[in-house]
Amino acid sequence: MKHENSNGDVRIGFYICHCGANIAGTVDCPAVAAYAAKLPGVVVSRDYKYMCSDPGQELIQQDIREHRLSRVVVASCSPLLHEQTFRNACAAGGLNPFYFQMVNVREHDSWVHTDRAEATAKAKALAHAAIRRVRFHRALETAKVRIHPDVLVVGGGIAGIHAALTLGNAGKQVYLVEREPSIGGHMAKFDKTFPTLDCAACILTPKMSAVRSHQNITLWTCSEVVKVEGYVGNYTVTVKRKPRYVNEELCVGCQECIKACVFKEGKFPDEFNVGLSKRKPIYIPFPQAVPQVVLIDPERCIQVKTGRCKQTCLEACADRHAIDFTQKEQLVEIKVGNIIVATGFKLFDAKRIPQYGYGLYPNVVTSIELERLVTSSGPTAGDIVLRDGRTPKSVGFILCVGSRDLKTNRWCSRTCCMHSMKLAQLVREHTDADVTVFYMDIRAPGKGCEEFYDKSLKEGIQFVRGRVAEVTDWALAPEEEGKLVIRVEDTLAGFVRRIPVDMIVLAVGMEPQADAQEVRRLFNMSCGSEGWFLEKHPKLAPVSTFTDGVFIAGCCQGPKDIPDSIAQAGAAAAEALALIDKGYIEQEPNTAYIEEADCSGCKSCIPLCPYTAIAFDEAKQKATINAALCKGCGTCVAACPSGSIRQNLFEDEEIFSEIEGVLSYA
Amino acid sequence: MKYTYFPGCSLKGLGRAYEESLLPVMRHLGVELAELDDWNCCGATAYMSVDEAKAGVLAARNLAIAEKAGPYDLLTPCSACYLVLNKTKHNITDFPEIRDTIHRALRSANLAYTGNTQVRHPLDVLVHDVGLDAIKSRVVRPLKGLKVAPYYGCQVVRPYSTFDDAWNPTTMDRLLAALGADVVPFPLKTKCCGGSLTGTVPEAGLRLTYILLKEAVRRGADVIATICPLCQFNLDAYHDQIDRRWGRTRIATVYFTQLMGLTFGFSPKQLGLNRNFVPMNPLATEPKAMAQRSQSVRGAP
Repeated sequence: MKHENSNGDVRIGFYICHCGANIAGTVDCPAVAAYAAKLPGVVVSRDYKYMCSDPGQELIQQDIREHRLSRVVVASCSPLLHEQTFRNACAAGGLNPFYFQMVNVREHDSWVHTDRAEATAKAKALAHAAIRRVRFHRALETAKVRIHPDVLVVGGGIAGIHAALTLGNAGKQVYLVEREPSIGGHMAKFDKTFPTLDCAACILTPKMSAVRSHQNITLWTCSEVVKVEGYVGNYTVTVKRKPRYVNEELCVGCQECIKACVFKEGKFPDEFNVGLSKRKPIYIPFPQAVPQVVLIDPERCIQVKTGRCKQTCLEACADRHAIDFTQKEQLVEIKVGNIIVATGFKLFDAKRIPQYGYGLYPNVVTSIELERLVTSSGPTAGDIVLRDGRTPKSVGFILCVGSRDLKTNRWCSRTCCMHSMKLAQLVREHTDADVTVFYMDIRAPGKGCEEFYDKSLKEGIQFVRGRVAEVTDWALAPEEEGKLVIRVEDTLAGFVRRIPVDMIVLAVGMEPQADAQEVRRLFNMSCGSEGWFLEKHPKLAPVSTFTDGVFIAGCCQGPKDIPDSIAQAGAAAAEALALIDKGYIEQEPNTAYIEEADCSGCKSCIPLCPYTAIAFDEAKQKATINAALCKGCGTCVAACPSGSIRQNLFEDEEIFSEIEGVLSYA
Repeated sequence: MKYTYFPGCSLKGLGRAYEESLLPVMRHLGVELAELDDWNCCGATAYMSVDEAKAGVLAARNLAIAEKAGPYDLLTPCSACYLVLNKTKHNITDFPEIRDTIHRALRSANLAYTGNTQVRHPLDVLVHDVGLDAIKSRVVRPLKGLKVAPYYGCQVVRPYSTFDDAWNPTTMDRLLAALGADVVPFPLKTKCCGGSLTGTVPEAGLRLTYILLKEAVRRGADVIATICPLCQFNLDAYHDQIDRRWGRTRIATVYFTQLMGLTFGFSPKQLGLNRNFVPMNPLATEPKAMAQRSQSVRGAP
């Protein structure tokens, strides 16, 4: 090994943290400290209750000064949590922060083992490895990289809208990308919101219009992110903009073209009304859609499909010339510094629980279908009716459909209890129907929610505690004839009941979007086992992801209600603002570099680099690495045939000494 | 295509019409069935609830000798046998303690079961191995205009749902449609037939049987098709008692293999259809009448 650096006289300080009982409960910390004290180069070795506390950090600084330490090793928790803390402590003590090495004896040891003797032996082995490694460490400098001030927000539901507005109001340029033809998301479909029963549209549409008119927000609907490259502060994002066959700049939303369409009546299921009404091939998703621009469904439009239509819509549009059948799909590249992913959820498909008869019995509906029926802008203008037009005399709500169920989804969808009670109250308001809610537990923990439950009880809504076994259409008694019968074990009364009703509402739960895995890969995020996007820390970093500069907000992270989605959106915007206003990020100096003397100029490293950080110097006939672009993945280091590429913080001698340290521990 | 055939006691006794129709239908489709030599009682559901380990040994002996008989799947037409043999197979795989007890017992008889022999139901084999196209090509007298309620019973689909959905199975629906029948939507298709309660607690058992019969009639079915000998017996044998309690509710219940045999051109007698207490409308079974089915009256005397 020719790269012998600083391998002479080093003075190492070793510290092992008890972390209360987290580490000390399983690892004999004083024994590890005593063991380390005898290792070559170690001049101070201590155990301490909380190394991350102020006195703990002070201890390191004091030892650096008093014992003239040139290296520091701390055995405690994961470097993800406190590596920076201890590096700062070293720097404060006057030592280059990269003369520090961390050993994880909590996540990798005490938390995963139960045998005290074996866990202690493992801690010693890991300490041995780090102490051997750290003597090869070199003084390094962090590089500062400028942050691009623009932000991409993906998803135009209430979370994405709020994040975009927060950033826009702070003076940042925002791109809001939405897959659907209008922003608004699920909230736009709601009639009222719990627990205040205020009109959903009245509080949402002002925010939607604000997005449209905001000078700092670029809104792209019918668009999807297809490629993300780069890193925090410097992302290059490719957005696919699908044609809507109507020029957004020219259309004024007069809808004359819709009236003129050769389809005289709506023929195709209207997505916004979840199939409860029909629309034409040329349509506007809903009255308050933003942008207020017509679009053409290429799957349904005769002109787009066959090119042989009378094109009455063109005539109707006359000299506005907004309709444009020549529109093509476009790929647009943008540069942003931060990304907020707010891609939302999808509703559970009630057909997956055939016992509840959705799709079989016409009067079994989902909660979102009832929501559209209740809304005055919905397909029945607010009348709650059965499929044959009658008004129901009795309505049953089945909760936890596709939630808290080992056979489908295990999680609680958090909003369905409150959502169902809200709908139940609206049913009582709109009709004389008797309402019965079938529940396992009523979960109403939010502000004003328990009071709302109380109000539901007082208003005469019946609550039956029990998981519904099945919904049938066969009668055993005269009062059941022509009704849907709910069979349930009433677990409070202690017997099985048959309850006939006219209409059944299934409170379907929330699920990750069908393409959550692709989106996860696109933005280099993680998913939990259930498929929701994973936050960096469940308590302390709820909107950050493991990729710096990529944040999550709203239901893509897990089921939540509107206030919680808004709170997360605001938090994600604040996190992005904090990075932008700092102006730069410090890059970990774990970059690769080339020992020019050994480079043969074979160029095999160049195509391997995922960040295009390696170039070829024709004059010298050597490869060169741009440290600003290098992310320290190590691919080129491993691939270089002559071993001339090396990597800071992962030098061969550092890694080999570490391995030898574990293997030679006795 | 070859299978080891485990008839179980029902197909030799009360459910013999099932065997009488299954064997010719399988032969007609070129499926070879070799009856398992020296098979014994599967233990049924009763023994399982008395002593799971011993019941497991009893059932496992059948699996062991089937494995010895050759590398063929074990065909079990009776739903109870199908469930018990599958349950034993699962117990052997999933529960080491049960596995040890069973293996010890088998060893004392110089037998072993490695878990390789699969337990299959004829409905599964017919639809997934033989295939609907092959079956369709053999149909000479389609069940045109015959309204059939497909009734699966509980044991074939629950809890293991090996080849179809546990709550809304559709294999038989598709098979009957391939035979030309009008399949009546029958949401009660996996609801309990009463099982052994018809004999032990008739008030409870017969009520369950009655619900199935009356709903099949209400939904306009001419006949109920079943895949289980106990279901067939319950739905067929208690009409007098049901009539006395709830009023006249007449509809025939036949094995799906009997309907297949009819479409292949076998005579009702060859298929054991003469054994029904409530016979299928003779008009429905005669080739000549097939065309005039629309005028046929539902039910039988």
